[in-house]
Order: sequence, then structure tokens, then C-alpha cells
Amino acid sequence: MLEPWIFIALLLGVGMLLPGVAIAANWLLSPKKPNAIKQSTYECGIETVGETYVQLKGAYYIYALIFVVFDIEAVFLFPWAVAYDKLQLYMVLEAVLFIVILAAGLAYAWRKGVLEWV
Amino acid sequence: MTILQIIFLLTAFLTLLAALRVVTSPSMVHAALWLILALAGVAVVFILLNATFLAVVQVAVYIDAIAIMIIIVVMLTRGAVRGQGHTVSKTWWAAALSALVMLTGLLVMLLQAPVRGALPPTLPLDQEAFLERLGQALVDVNQYILPFEVASVLLVAAMVGAIIVAWPLFVRRGEEER
Amino acid sequence: MDSFWIDPFSFIGSQLAAWLTGLGLAENWVSLILQLVGALALGTAVLMLTFLLIWAERKIVARIQDRLGPNRVGPYGIFQTVADLLKLVTKELITPEGADLLPYNLAPLLAVMSVVGLWAVIPMAPTLLGADIHVGVLYIVSVGSIGTLGILLAGLSSNNKYALLGAFRTVALMISYAVPMALALLVPVLLAGSMSMQEIVLAQKGLPFLLLAPVAALIFFVSSIAEVGRAPFDLLEAESEIVAGFHIEYSGLKFGMFFVAEFLHAFTISALTAVLFMGGWRGPWAEQYTALGFLYFLVKTSLVYFVVIWIRGSFPRIRIDQMNALNWKLITPVALAGLVVTAVAEKVALELGAPRLLTHLAGNALLIFAAAAGLGAYARAARRRSELLAKASKAEAPAG
Repeated sequence: MLEPWIFIALLLGVGMLLPGVAIAANWLLSPKKPNAIKQSTYECGIETVGETYVQLKGAYYIYALIFVVFDIEAVFLFPWAVAYDKLQLYMVLEAVLFIVILAAGLAYAWRKGVLEWV
Repeated sequence: MTILQIIFLLTAFLTLLAALRVVTSPSMVHAALWLILALAGVAVVFILLNATFLAVVQVAVYIDAIAIMIIIVVMLTRGAVRGQGHTVSKTWWAAALSALVMLTGLLVMLLQAPVRGALPPTLPLDQEAFLERLGQALVDVNQYILPFEVASVLLVAAMVGAIIVAWPLFVRRGEEER
Repeated sequence: MDSFWIDPFSFIGSQLAAWLTGLGLAENWVSLILQLVGALALGTAVLMLTFLLIWAERKIVARIQDRLGPNRVGPYGIFQTVADLLKLVTKELITPEGADLLPYNLAPLLAVMSVVGLWAVIPMAPTLLGADIHVGVLYIVSVGSIGTLGILLAGLSSNNKYALLGAFRTVALMISYAVPMALALLVPVLLAGSMSMQEIVLAQKGLPFLLLAPVAALIFFVSSIAEVGRAPFDLLEAESEIVAGFHIEYSGLKFGMFFVAEFLHAFTISALTAVLFMGGWRGPWAEQYTALGFLYFLVKTSLVYFVVIWIRGSFPRIRIDQMNALNWKLITPVALAGLVVTAVAEKVALELGAPRLLTHLAGNALLIFAAAAGLGAYARAARRRSELLAKASKAEAPAG
């Protein structure tokens, strides 16, 4: 019962190992001559101005939140889709109601203008 | 000690360590990253319990959506990375004492509850049938249809609430552009 | 020897198992070693495939742009990618000062891991499948988004405000396009009645799902291209924008790994489209001769990958506000509507006894018509708004 997951764990491990080996090969074969200018932050050739961690805009938060809501909706709909063959029409319509309510939420966000980018 | 037990102990130890680092990291961004590790540990525990659907849901919802949202929210505040100074306050002994008292009280109450039958809950070994039964239960009139629809209303309420809370950010930006 | 030609994959597997048991190992260890060998083979094959993919892409894009592409290094320039790799291997790994070392080094590994992990659930032949789990499709959604996390880590730990901004814009774009991708993935699950990828391929017995749900297939294809960050959605790695995005501070093979992950991701989503919507390894005599099934799978995937490259060479780059507007105002509502249409059409066809294919095609045609009408109305409203603005500014100008 756990067999396919062992393969997945091994493949994920291999997926991290092979690039790790490649990067290690790069580290072995590359010259190592660090100096202050090479390691300074890149900003098109001029000196850095101000703090590195700038404050983000509110639009990112809204996008992340809408993504969370729709992600959870998709997760709710997956078992329904698996059981689809055994359902009757009214059960399908109940899930359609679920989708319509969330679409109404999206329409509200659209009308409020929060879906415009910066 | 079977292999499963060893894997479980390792995962549990790693999860607890990550959870500890979440609350003791001076930098909020680091705390968010340790949180991702703790959530991944929980997903592995779900797989060990043969709840594969829950494990993928955990990764898909928690790590891919909620953790990214937490990082974005952390970056929305100023001074997020430099740290707030002390993570342990001066009255830490009072907090530890009250936590210990609560733990003792909980343990006493739990030990007094009658143990029912001592049968472990049976885990459905057939994932396919489990998913179908779950899907049917979600839309069955006699089972979970009401929580299903209420969940959608709750999600829309969360969206609307977040938009209203973040609205001043948009209004201010519009005024700045003019 | 007969059974090798009929089913090479099971034949090789059983021979290896017999040899390992002959060495005296227990049952559990034999299966573990077999899986380890399989994982290593899959991971290495998939990463080596990237050489071929990069070369093919450069040649095809070059031909679309009426030039030759790499043709010096080896016959037809096949070894160009090897030369590029050797150059990258000898570059110095410059770590910027103040960078967070653990996330900085982990990010390229996470990006590659998320793409390689997707190959575990893709059925390449009736008997060649890494892990036949019952939640295959949801696994794709979750592992695919680990790449997003890798990009976020790269931006956060580089100690560079342009890397940070570029990373957050990339992540915002990727999570926006993950919504219609997940919704479009629901349609094959619905039609097949299972989340397992092998079951979905088996359920496409008479009709590939491309014919039953063309809108969902198109939405999955387009949102996957946007997820990967390929043209025309590659604003965030264009050199003139935000100074190359989140991988500014990466050099040598660390950057190479991000590059490899992107190309491989493009091929992986071609494979996913082929498996989920075009029938994967299905074809004449595929069940008896599994090697033929593998061939059909490769042909279909290459076809879809060629379309991906074709799109890259043909379309201009889309601006980021256009990308976001396209996603939230067109693609997500159409994805939601497509799901509803497919669900209702399937049940209605069953109850009324109407022909299944025609009902679905009619529903999809209605949906495309409605979407086009909606687009027309939106464009007219936008044009009217801009005309009003132009009139207002012209009225102000002579007065001012």
C-alpha cells in the first residue's frame, strides 16, 4: 500500500541529488576568487540605494488570498468529481451551486476593482 | 522497530524541531520557512497513516497556498526580516508555569475518561472506494451537503472580508497616481 | 525472447528481480532496489532529455525566425547544449554578500525536484509507470507548486531588491494561473471517474478527452504555459525587465539548474496534456505491444511540445497587467463555466439518452460563443471608456 510512495520519495530524492551533484561538480571545477566588488549586490552597475527588503503592494496579498480560496474550492471538488459516475442530477446541481457561489465572489472582486494590476 | 516506526520517529522529530524554530526564530521570514518544513513533516505523517488524499491536500493547500500567503503577508509589513529583537520576553517563567499547569490539568482529565473498547479506528485500505464515498457524502442530502454549501459561503465571506480590509491600500494607491 | 518484444518493460523488470533474488536478498530489499534503480533511471533520463529539448527548441525557433540556429558544434549543432553546459560548469559561483545561505542554495534544487517529481505519475506505457497512486492528478497540482516555492526562496534569499520584486511578481503570476489549471484538471477526473492517471488513460477508450472537452484542454494548455513562464508569458525573464528577475544573483550551474527546470517543465506539461487529454499511450495495438504504447506517448508529447515552441516563436510578449487581466477576467470564469457545462452535459446526455459526444461539443460551442460575446462586450466598454477619456482631455486642452 505504501509502495508507490516509496518510489515517489526516491524520485524526489534523486531529483534533489542529481542537481546537487552537478552543482558540486561546478564548485569543484570553478575558480574561486571572491572580492568585494564581485560579491556586492547587482543593481545595473550602480551602488545599492536603500534597504533591500522593500515593502510590497497590497495587490499581492489579494491575489494570494483569491488563490487560497480557489485552491480550497478545487480540493473540495476533487472527491465530487471522482464520485461523479454514481451521482444523480440533483447532486451535480448542488456542486454547480457551490461553484456559482464562488464565481459570485470572484465577480464581486472584479467589480471592486481589486483585480487590476499595479 | 520496523522501518515504518523509524521513519515516523524521524519525521515527528523533524516536525517538532521545525515547529520549535518557528516560534523562536528572530526573523519572521525564517519562521515562515521553518513552518513550511513543519507542514511537510505533517504531510509525510499522513502518508504513513495511509491517508494519501489528505497528504496531497495538505501539500496543495497548506504549503502551496497558505505558506506563500503567509510569506507575502510577512513581506507586507516593514522591518520583517531584520527581526524584532528578543523573541523570549522577560516574564517567560510565568508563561512556562501556566503552560505546565494547563498540561497537568489536561492530562488528569484525559486519564479519567473511560477508555472505549480499546479498538484502534480502522483505516480504509481501499483509497479508491474511500474517495468515492467521500464525494458522495459531500453532496448527499442526508450527510454533508449543508456544510459543503456553507463552506463555499464561508470562503466567499473570507474573500469579501479581505477585500474590504485591503481596500484602503487600493484607494490610497489610486489617489497617489493622480 | 518473444516476451521481450511484446512487453520490454515488464520483461526487464522481472529479469532484474530474478537476478537480485538469485543473489540471495529478501523480497522487500529486492523491490526497494528495483524502485531505486527505476527512480535513478527516470531521473537521469529526464535530465539528459533536456539536452535534446534545448537543441530542438533553438533549431525550431530559429527556423520560425528565418535563420539557421546552432549548426557548428557537431552535426546540425546537436552538441551545442553540451558545449554550453561545459561552459557553465567552469563559471565561478559568486555568492552575494548578505545572502541567506541555506535557502539560497536550496532554491535551484527545489525547482528541479518539483519538475522531476511530476514524472513519477505519468504513464508512459501500459506497464511503464513510476507510481500508480490514486490521487495522481492532485499530486500534480501539489508538486507542481513546489517550484513556485523554490522561486520564492530564491528571491527572498538573494539580498537584492530586484530579485525580490521579480520573484514576487513571478510567484503572483504563477499562483494566479494555477487556479484555472486546477479547475481544468477537474474535467478529465470527472469524465474518467478517478484521479489515477493510468485510469484516466484507460478511460479514453473510444474518444480522447480532447474531443469531449476541448475548452478544458485549451485552458489547461494555456495556463500551463503561463505557469512554466514560457513565451508569450515570459515577461519576468526578459532581459530588459527587472534585470532578469529572481535569478539575478545566481551564477554557473545554479542558474543552469533553473534553466533546465524551465525547459523540462515545458516538456512535462506537454506530456501531461498528451496523457490527460489526448490518450497518452493509446493507439492501435498498444495494449499488446507496450513498446508501441511508449512510441505513441512520445509522438503525442512531441507534437504538443512542438505547438508550445510554435507559440513561442509566433506571439509577442504580453504585458503583466494584460496577463493578470486575461487570467482573472477571461480564463478563470471560462474554466469555471467549462466545468459546469461538462458536468451538466454528461448527466443530461445520460438521462435523456442523447449522443454523448454531440452533447458535449454543443455545450462547449455554446461556451465558446458566450465567451466571445463577453469579450466583445468588454472590448466595446473599454473602447468607449478610452474615447470618453480622449474627449475629456481634448476638452481640457484648449481651456488649459
